[in-house]
Amino acid sequence: MKTIRKVLALVLALCMVLALAACSSGTPDPTKAPDPTKEPATTQTDAPDPGTDMADAITLWTYPIGNWGQEAEVKKMTDAFTEATGIKVTVEYLAYADGDDKVNSALSGGGAPDLIMEGPERLVANWGDNGHMVDLSDLFDANDKAEINAVSEGVMNACTHTSGAIYEYPLVMTAHCMAINKTAFEEAGALEYVDLEKHTWTTENFIKAVEALYAKYGETVGAVYCAGQGGDQGTRALVNNLYGGTFTNAEHTAYTWDDPLNVKALEQLRDMDGIAFDASLAGGDEIAKFYQGVLKMAFCWNIAQQLNPNGANTGAEKTVTGDDIEFMAFPSEDGTAKLQGGIWGFGIFDSKDAGRIAAAKEFIKFMCDSEHTVDAVKTANYFAVRTKAGEGTDLSNIWADNEIMAEYNVLMPMLGDYYQVTTNWAQARTSWWTMLQKVGEGADVAEVVAQYAKEAIGG
Amino acid sequence: MAKNKQTMSRALQRREDIAGYLFMLPSLIFFLGFVVIPMFICIGYSLTDATMHQQAATQFVGFTNFVKLFQDKVFLEALRNTFVIVIVSVPTVCAFSLWVSSVIYKLSGPVLSAFRCIFYLPVVTGSVAVTVVWKWMFDNYTGIINTALKGAGLIEKNINFLGDSKWALWCIILILFTTSVGQPIVLYVSALGNVDQGLVEAAKVDGATDLQVFWKIKWAQMMPTTLYILVITTINSFQCFALIQLLTQGGSGTQTVMYYIYYTAFKLTQQAGHFGYANAMGVVLAIFIGILSALQFRLAKEK
Amino acid sequence: MKTNNVGPRATVYKVISVIILVILAFLFVFPLYWIVTGAFKPGADIYATKPVWWPSEWVMTNFDELLAKRSAPLWELHVPFSQWFTEKHEPLVFSAGPVVPAAFRWLINAVFMAAAAMGLTCITAAMAGYALAKKRFRGRAILFGLIICAMALPKQVILIPLLKEMNFLKFTDTLWAVIFPTVGWPFGVFLMKQFSESIPGEILEAARVDGSSEVRTFGTIVLPMVKPGIGALAIFTFINCWNDYFMQLIMLTSGANYTMPLGVATLQAETSINMGLLMAGAALAALPIIIVFLIFQKYFTQGITMGAVKG
Repeated sequence: MKTIRKVLALVLALCMVLALAACSSGTPDPTKAPDPTKEPATTQTDAPDPGTDMADAITLWTYPIGNWGQEAEVKKMTDAFTEATGIKVTVEYLAYADGDDKVNSALSGGGAPDLIMEGPERLVANWGDNGHMVDLSDLFDANDKAEINAVSEGVMNACTHTSGAIYEYPLVMTAHCMAINKTAFEEAGALEYVDLEKHTWTTENFIKAVEALYAKYGETVGAVYCAGQGGDQGTRALVNNLYGGTFTNAEHTAYTWDDPLNVKALEQLRDMDGIAFDASLAGGDEIAKFYQGVLKMAFCWNIAQQLNPNGANTGAEKTVTGDDIEFMAFPSEDGTAKLQGGIWGFGIFDSKDAGRIAAAKEFIKFMCDSEHTVDAVKTANYFAVRTKAGEGTDLSNIWADNEIMAEYNVLMPMLGDYYQVTTNWAQARTSWWTMLQKVGEGADVAEVVAQYAKEAIGG
Repeated sequence: MAKNKQTMSRALQRREDIAGYLFMLPSLIFFLGFVVIPMFICIGYSLTDATMHQQAATQFVGFTNFVKLFQDKVFLEALRNTFVIVIVSVPTVCAFSLWVSSVIYKLSGPVLSAFRCIFYLPVVTGSVAVTVVWKWMFDNYTGIINTALKGAGLIEKNINFLGDSKWALWCIILILFTTSVGQPIVLYVSALGNVDQGLVEAAKVDGATDLQVFWKIKWAQMMPTTLYILVITTINSFQCFALIQLLTQGGSGTQTVMYYIYYTAFKLTQQAGHFGYANAMGVVLAIFIGILSALQFRLAKEK
Repeated sequence: MKTNNVGPRATVYKVISVIILVILAFLFVFPLYWIVTGAFKPGADIYATKPVWWPSEWVMTNFDELLAKRSAPLWELHVPFSQWFTEKHEPLVFSAGPVVPAAFRWLINAVFMAAAAMGLTCITAAMAGYALAKKRFRGRAILFGLIICAMALPKQVILIPLLKEMNFLKFTDTLWAVIFPTVGWPFGVFLMKQFSESIPGEILEAARVDGSSEVRTFGTIVLPMVKPGIGALAIFTFINCWNDYFMQLIMLTSGANYTMPLGVATLQAETSINMGLLMAGAALAALPIIIVFLIFQKYFTQGITMGAVKG
């Protein structure tokens, strides 16, 4: 028995050593290509930097940003790219429900993609901040920055990390808004409370409209969804606009949602009969319920939804029951809302493989700064972040033929501060929806707001 | 002579050792390689402040993670929920499947088969698919459970089953229950069918009641089956990850340790990728489960 | 069946029990019923806010949409450990077949994954179970204790080390990353040990006296005797591996390597409203496993019988 114990001890010790060895090899392995279709590398001749061979295959993971979540549409774009450069692109489609988890597990397991398409709150404030992204500064010349700044000064700011590195090459932007079921409003006699011309309404009218709808339908007509962080820009904007509260300070250094105005808004929403705090819905589910005609208003809305509600290809501006959908700014006391901006573009994960990074940069230039940008923007169903791209391709009126897009432009001037890059952003998001759940459960609003705002600040 | 015998048995023992380990080898490779070694790495990690991010050097921090864990309200809630799930679902599944089996095992062949298959259906339908349907059934606005309860006049307002911390955990336990009872029922039905009828008859002649026969004879004879069932149900109860990921993502008071590990490691929160912390949770959970399994086994064996 | 002195109370109990069972049965059948009918419902039925119990019209549109959604090559095989033998230290990947709707590929992946895990588990567990039950080798008790303790361990516990290890072995995003840990899970060994206990020692002794080699004894005597147990283990492993959504979720990152359950879960995350699409996927996902169940059903009940009596 004694010798056996010794043998066992030896085996265990060996395990430990192996374990440590495996531990230390934990950094992502640059030689691992997640693309199984990869063929033996052939040298590309048109590499921009003569020192590096461009990889002949790269991977792109995209969140469902307009039609960038649909294979049939994206394939057209990537095929054009492959034809022009010879670089094959394998695309994976992420969902907001579990996309972050997949990226993080891939980052840990060494299977991270080369390119990722999302917004600054993930690319800059999270993965960029944690050192997983490649600085894209060399892709911007003064001209590029000027073209982007001509549309909105905030975009470049949002894409730039506090260290000065640029972790996202922006492609499109929009203002997040809300939507109402116009037919239902009409039936409930609530249309008088909304300004359909300007797409705005006041807090007072919002309250009256919800009352009218509730009187008519007797059910929840709007849901403050809080199952998770998905679509939380909608709940934030709703609460902030109602009485003019803020989420962060102007310098993006601190969270200010313990503002009494926000407390007042949360209390107001909680006490409204037609509004429910619903911890079983995330943003996507809320849209689905709205689309089904169950909810009469959606707080998680934007132009891509307006053009193709729920990505279901059943007609623009219509619910599945055939009701009309109107997009609206969030209600505020004076009727002028501050809308949350959405910015989407590409980032590159640092694979430590110069060839693949070079190929990924080529892809970004192709999509964001060339004549193909028109298609890339149109695929996203959003507005271009710049006036011109590449060698003088004009982007300013690519949507001229689209009435809905033109109409949506009335909301763009209401674009507020892009504060999603404030420090501790990831914590703040988590705290926010957890707080909403607690409010919904009937906790004292001022108390939980104070508690969770503190948690967000403290990290 | 005595010495000769000893060397004989020693040679024999060596032969047994070699044969035994050779037969164990294929299994051991997988077991050590993909369970035991990772477990040791896990322990190693739990003593460090390792993260998924590369810029910070990993440092040995001793038991800091464990101390933090037991101050973490979410973790404590998760631990509690995990135990609620196991403690509720294991006995209910065992008792329910025993009851169902005792009712159906004497039924005629096709009826028995039909019942057996029906209770097995959720298992073969696949947990993801079943969960998707249940999610729809529990829906706050259009779910049939709310529609039915309202139609029957039992409730006035829809119950937000998956969004209310009073209900959500129990909904998950219910779904887990429907996907867990299939195997135990099949097992108990055959075990009941194989109870030594001679003993049963003898007891009845001695004037034992049906209930006495059941507990004294049948239950005792089914002990090995019950052990299997305890083991597989415990395993099943710890497999509730899919339900939580697809239904609540850990919200509404349904956080479990299994999900919180994943959540800490990969959800995009501030502590995302805090591997040291996540692994410390894993170690705590492993210790609890190891003790639980050993206890279960010991108990079942003694009986 | 001979029933002596069944009193009226016993009959009443029985009748009530059966009635309760029938009601409960609906709860168990419903998900599959809903999946199968839902897969063939037209959009109007699916989006309706009041449940539509029976398709107003049977259509294939959901399947069409499912098949059109994604595409992938029909088959790719990643050769494990090949990176250590190739020149460029990259794993060998064989790719075959035309580009097909990804749902087909997911089906193939899932079946391959579950079948490979099943086969490997059965072989290794039968050998190990026999050794643990019948070989008096030293260290046996410790090993068995370790197996008991690790049996119920959820894989989340070793999630991060496993990911790192798979990265090290270059299994990331291959089916092997799901298969190998499943095979390593010691429940199968435990089960096979319990079955092997029932093999009479005299038969093994007789074989030894006859000069039969260990391997021969195992192949000709042990295996046939534990065959029912292997059947039970096979079905258990197949179903468990198939349903192990967690391992599939963290190990498989590219759409071509998804399995059917993971594919369905992904669809659910993407289009929570399009239940028709989801149900079509779920129906496809349930099909193979129901077939496996029907094939192995006989083994399943038989196998358990034996283990239960002798334990």
